Amino acid sequence: MTAPNHNLRKFKNAFMQTLACVCTVLVVLPLLLVFYHLLKEGFTAINWAFFTQLPKPVGETGGGMGNAIVGTFILLAQAALIGVPVGVLGGVYLSEYGGTKLNWWIRFAADILNGVPSITWGIVVFALLVVHNVTVFGQVLIPRGFSALAGGLVLGLMMIPLVMRTTEEVLQLVPGGYREAAFALGISKWRTIVQIVLRTASKGIVTGVLLALARVAGETAPLLFTALGNRFWAHSLTEPIAAMPLQIFAYAISPYDDWHRQAWAGALVLLLLVLFLNAGVRFLTRDRFQRKG
Amino acid sequence: MALTIFALILLIGWELVRGAKPAMLKFGWHFLVSSDWDPVNDVYGALPFIFGTVVSSFLALLIAVPISIATAVYLTELAPLWLRQPLTMFIELLAAVPSVILGLWGIFVMVPFLRDHLFPWLQKSLGFLPFFQGPIYGVSMLAGGIIVAIMIIPIITSVSREILRSVPGLQREAAYALGATRWEVTRIAVLSYAKKGLFGAVILGLGRALGETMAVTMVIGNTPQIVKSLFAPGYTLASVIANEFNEATGDLYPSALFEIGLVLLGVTVLVNIFAQLLLKTFAGPSVQPQH
Repeated sequence: MTAPNHNLRKFKNAFMQTLACVCTVLVVLPLLLVFYHLLKEGFTAINWAFFTQLPKPVGETGGGMGNAIVGTFILLAQAALIGVPVGVLGGVYLSEYGGTKLNWWIRFAADILNGVPSITWGIVVFALLVVHNVTVFGQVLIPRGFSALAGGLVLGLMMIPLVMRTTEEVLQLVPGGYREAAFALGISKWRTIVQIVLRTASKGIVTGVLLALARVAGETAPLLFTALGNRFWAHSLTEPIAAMPLQIFAYAISPYDDWHRQAWAGALVLLLLVLFLNAGVRFLTRDRFQRKG
Repeated sequence: MALTIFALILLIGWELVRGAKPAMLKFGWHFLVSSDWDPVNDVYGALPFIFGTVVSSFLALLIAVPISIATAVYLTELAPLWLRQPLTMFIELLAAVPSVILGLWGIFVMVPFLRDHLFPWLQKSLGFLPFFQGPIYGVSMLAGGIIVAIMIIPIITSVSREILRSVPGLQREAAYALGATRWEVTRIAVLSYAKKGLFGAVILGLGRALGETMAVTMVIGNTPQIVKSLFAPGYTLASVIANEFNEATGDLYPSALFEIGLVLLGVTVLVNIFAQLLLKTFAGPSVQPQH
């Protein structure tokens, strides 16, 4: 005998399943729309000049974002110089050294830092580097003012907790037996770490670094008060520098149609860069260090 | 090197407090409850921005939570196996789209659509509520809420998905054995088991929503006011910093913006601590937010 509410239960079941399905479509839809519009609006504005030329003054059509593209890469290189060593070494410490309790706190703090809004990082580095000179022994090391250095520093600081957590995670995946085997051969701890553990996990570490780079490459808010943006090529690290996200933002809120087109094109290029970094990650993680997904 | 983490936290706190000090001394707690924001007369109150941040984040959660959890359920319980991996990857890609690009899309595609289609329709069908009255500009609190929702959906979805995956299979099988339908299995065995972790995922999304800057700045209209209508423009803590920081002159003006940054930092750190504690107690250290 069927229960009296059998049909109702069946209906509910079907209803909720459909609902879940519809929601998934709703999640996927915005991304498809963003891709569609980026391709539609941006593709026509991309040409050789876009990559090689400086922005043209208002009213003149054409020109490009060459300086911003170069600027983004300069900023990313600086960020990597700061974020990668600190992050990787921190990850090594978390995974290989340190007491359980201390490490729990460090991990916790790193997760909290990951949640700090990027704009807050921006004003902190502004207060550090932009409002006053950085002096060492009375010698001005970094003169005050907006600079590429400040922009690189802010992105680098943001990378540290990201890289640290992913590095630790992949180091944990290295089987303990590898370490024990090395110890059994009388190899010292740090050589074990450098030659066995880090080498085994190198792909995973690169993955983490690429993901962190992809994340900070699109950051705009912290660059507003550090790198500032620039309409010319970068000459010096102590001057303001252009970056793609900044340029896109400036163009997007401007009233000129030509600039809007440039913004779309810039967004398309930036998105491709970010997706390229992400795709690199997927390519690298195909085999053994794959996060079970 | 690992200790740099603590140094960074100290650095952030210290620089913000130092920057905010003049404003803190001048306005005291009044800063948080006053709604005057008048750079010309050097009078600052953060209430409209706090209001804007709270309302836009709340709207975002209202939209994002049901959709994200339903999607996570679909991904773990319902979707055909061959579809799960690509869909998951796709959602993670959505999480990687830079905020400024979503903002650009928001300005030129979403806001005109909302202005011409969705908002008039909402006004017609729900216009008796005070939230859906008044003139429609397009850029508005609701637009801000929607764009934040789009940004936090992938985060909540992927954390929720990891949590649902960690629910033991036996749990499900037991419910099936009692003759439960698929939905009943999901509701009784999976969702209630994972309640705490899912709550953590939602709070984590809230943390992101509060600090979201660029996309919101581009669609919310940037007007410091406290009104009931969701069609009216608003302003958030993060976007006032983004817009006004470089133009702030004098002593008090930048200091007031520093204090806004401090408020923002305080709130997001508290929210994140709460989220991490929930996630950690639920599933141990294995559940990590995806970035």
